[in-house]
Amino acid sequence: MKERSVVIQLIIATIALVFIVRLFFLQVLDSSYKLEAEMLAIERVVDYPYRGEMYDRTGKLMVYNAPVFDIMVVFREFKLKDTLTFCNRFGLTKEEFVKKVKDLKDKSKNIGYSANKPQPLFKQFSFEDFAHIQDYLADYKGLYTQARTVRAYKYPSAANALGYIAEISPNMLAKQTDGYYKQGDYIGFSGLEQFYEEELRGKRGVQFIMRDVKGVRKGRYRKGEYDTLSVSGKSLYTSLDIKLQQYGEQLMQNKIGSVVAIEPKTGEILAFISAPSYDPNMLAGRKYIQNYKSLESDPHKPLFNRPLMAMYPPGSIFKLAQALVGLQEKVITDRTQFPCDKSQVNCHPHPSPQDLRGAIQYSCNPYFYMVYKKLLNQEKNPNKFKDTEINFDAWREHILSMGFGTKLAVDLPNVKRGIIPSNQYYDKIYGDLHWKFSTIYSLSIGQGEISVIPLQMANLAALIANKGYYYPPHFVRYIGEDKKVPDAYRKPIRTSIDSSYFNPIIEGMERVVLGGTAYWLQIKGITICGKTGTAENPHGDDHSVYIAFAPKDNPKIAIAVYAENAGFGAMTAAPIAHLMIEKYLKDTITRAPLEKMILEKNLLHKVKTK
Amino acid sequence: MFRSDEYNFKQIDWISVLLYLLFVMIGWFNIYAVSYDPELDNSIFDFSINSGKQLLWIGGALILIISVLVIDYKFYTAFSYIIYVAALLLLIVTIFAGTDVNGSKSWLDLGFIRVQPAEFAKFGTALVLARYLSEQQFIVNRQQWVVSVILITIPAILILAQKETGVALVFSAFILVIYREGMTSLILLFGVYAAILFVLTLGVGEFPVLIGVGVMYGIILLYFYLNRRRFYKNVFLRQIITTIVFFVLSVGFVKGVHYMFHQFLQEHQRNRIMVLFDTERDLRGKGYHVRQSKVAIGSGDLFGKGYKQGTQTKFDFVPEQSTDFIFCTIGEEHGWVGSTIVIILYSLFMMRLVFLADRQKDKFSRVYGYSVVCIILFHFLVNIGMTIGLFPVIGIPLPFFSYGGSSLWSFTLLLFVFLKLDAQRVHVLAGH
Repeated sequence: MKERSVVIQLIIATIALVFIVRLFFLQVLDSSYKLEAEMLAIERVVDYPYRGEMYDRTGKLMVYNAPVFDIMVVFREFKLKDTLTFCNRFGLTKEEFVKKVKDLKDKSKNIGYSANKPQPLFKQFSFEDFAHIQDYLADYKGLYTQARTVRAYKYPSAANALGYIAEISPNMLAKQTDGYYKQGDYIGFSGLEQFYEEELRGKRGVQFIMRDVKGVRKGRYRKGEYDTLSVSGKSLYTSLDIKLQQYGEQLMQNKIGSVVAIEPKTGEILAFISAPSYDPNMLAGRKYIQNYKSLESDPHKPLFNRPLMAMYPPGSIFKLAQALVGLQEKVITDRTQFPCDKSQVNCHPHPSPQDLRGAIQYSCNPYFYMVYKKLLNQEKNPNKFKDTEINFDAWREHILSMGFGTKLAVDLPNVKRGIIPSNQYYDKIYGDLHWKFSTIYSLSIGQGEISVIPLQMANLAALIANKGYYYPPHFVRYIGEDKKVPDAYRKPIRTSIDSSYFNPIIEGMERVVLGGTAYWLQIKGITICGKTGTAENPHGDDHSVYIAFAPKDNPKIAIAVYAENAGFGAMTAAPIAHLMIEKYLKDTITRAPLEKMILEKNLLHKVKTK
Repeated sequence: MFRSDEYNFKQIDWISVLLYLLFVMIGWFNIYAVSYDPELDNSIFDFSINSGKQLLWIGGALILIISVLVIDYKFYTAFSYIIYVAALLLLIVTIFAGTDVNGSKSWLDLGFIRVQPAEFAKFGTALVLARYLSEQQFIVNRQQWVVSVILITIPAILILAQKETGVALVFSAFILVIYREGMTSLILLFGVYAAILFVLTLGVGEFPVLIGVGVMYGIILLYFYLNRRRFYKNVFLRQIITTIVFFVLSVGFVKGVHYMFHQFLQEHQRNRIMVLFDTERDLRGKGYHVRQSKVAIGSGDLFGKGYKQGTQTKFDFVPEQSTDFIFCTIGEEHGWVGSTIVIILYSLFMMRLVFLADRQKDKFSRVYGYSVVCIILFHFLVNIGMTIGLFPVIGIPLPFFSYGGSSLWSFTLLLFVFLKLDAQRVHVLAGH
């Protein structure tokens, strides 16, 4: 029977072999078990980075992160004896509480639900609110606090420039290409928060935490070998002057419109006012949805970013551009005179005839009617219509080179390009070669089919101040501690107008303030060059427009003010601009009554709200 | 007495002893890896966790070993029937006085300690089988193996009455011992054939298996018919009749398995078996255990996650991690390489015991030795088989590795009585 011991030995060997082969399949060849093990026992805990702060040009902190507290609940441990007391303590009704719990437990709404894992019961208690409820937390088992941060804004200003952050929408989640964002992440929704999202957000870190079968955390996986630390977002050092910004917002109170101030030498935006505005803190924190709804339904549209999105006819300030094109195309010189002939376009009383400087000083409509007429009828082609078309195209190119009808490369989202109609546009309306100067003459004084955004108006002032070039208006000075400056804003853009042609224009603008349409708004010690405008408004009172820069030599600030339904340019827009120029350059206000008049001016009732 | 003891220690098979100690140590370290909580950072000697307690059991086992080696070898032969009967009585007492643990009544609470008489019954049965067969002069005949089977079956039934199915099944390992002593080989072949039919019936289904059986026997019949001229007529007829009888028995067996499975077994028992065929089945019940066990081992990859780095076993995903599923920890933390080393060492250990059993001049020692091998082999097969999804979940420990005093002591007793007998083999010859 000895051979049977061999059989038994063979049985042992066979079993061992089967086990070894089976284990090879299970452990080495099949990787699905590995994945499942990781899914079951290892939790990814995201370490949210500190979002970058924002500073103004003088180094004042504008946007930072404030601590908030989420109250998390673990339902397995959470037992309520007295629901009513609980609801009273935490400030919600019993119905709201019941619905909240139901929604949290509903796996179709809350995909990751588990009775063992903390679920967010209350989100974003502020430091003050949290102090109130903190003592109660000890009375309830299964409630935990999770500290986070929300965006906070030191000044209730510049909301439309700074923007806000909010939880990413399912739609945006689906559209992202790099897969960085996860459900519940916050993302910049508008303004600088949106434009510099990637720089501000930093980099998320991940910790791998081991969990036991009940979901209880059991320390770091592999002592943290695979963990990554979060990298804080970079701070954004902006060009805004928060003092000037706040002053401008004060001046624009109870008015609708925009103020944009630019430093001509750099293109840096000093002030960016969209009126009416709102306190950016409204869209940070717990009341986000509630506040957003009320802002959205506000008839004065505080969320509407007017400096970038409101398109207006420029009115008389456009005459400056027309004069520049006229000089460049040599249809006029600075000495060319035209009589104030009111037969074609209306004008207001002033000495006549005027040369170019005088025409700017008095904003003479017939003068620029003539300039534009000469521009479009240069007889480059015997066919009058063909000639118009050729000259129109040349004119349009000059206008586009000044930043009109194009998207300025500002570092904010949703910038409009405005409208400078093309010859094809008129062909479509009137038919090819069926239109000429007399058809489109209202363009000569900035009316008609033309529309611009306030930022482009400020840019016009800046490029005149620079005598022929501009930097794309922008907010960024540098990003992060290494003071990185984006290259895009370091290169000047030249217009098609030679710099020598700017002097008569600048002198004309100087005369606007010294003895022209804005003569009563002189500021002692500052030579301001300005141009008023009054944009016809078929829906109500005319819009008040004004652009300016100062001082005349070595300009430090270029500004555009657009006040809706505010009448003549000199009545509302110009005083606001001059007050801001003085505030910026001298940091004092010498004309207190003027300031008072503007502060008290309320134009909201004139605005038609639908 | 003194002289023979001295002789003993020199003659003991140190290879087996060293492997035994190695297994106990590997087991102990793995029990520590399971009980280790990275947040508490306990020491291996911490008595509040299993590794600390296991150290006590190991200490007890060493005392037991010394006692076994000191006691005269003749004691086991002389008292085998008494030990067997005592074990049976203990089993009966346990049926009535046993403590309920996880639905089975197999534990006797003695106040200061709890023992499982079923473990002791293995020892008693091994002794009685060795004694009975050693009294027979010749190769085992039919009457003798019927008696042997009865000796095995009685304790098995008593244990079954305690609802400790796993331990009861261990007694089937003794069949291999009887086979070694001369029971017809056919019984093994039938066993394999029946096992194949059983697995196929449950795995593939009753109907396809019946068709398969029909086709197979049809081919055999056809073969006999085509070659009928080669055989004498009565031989041919016998072939035909035997084939038909086997066919009918096979059909009956398949039908019976199907019927028994669906009528006799309870839902949870059916599930234990069916999860082997369908891994997605019963994921909340027994299937969950098998799945978690496979996940733990399967996540070990080639070299494992490293000592104390396992997550699945340590954090309670796998049930009974330090007792019945201790192999999961080895698989998870030491990977395929570690598991394979353990399996090879274990096989070498069992083959060593087979070698030792074969060199016994005395039949008693040989039969006892084979009993030890077959019991350990059965545990090895079923325990590791269940952790990797090849066997139904039957709660029996991996000898020497699993946590627990009852299991460690009973296997230590089994093994060292044999090593003592082996050490005395020259004496035995001289004594006769």
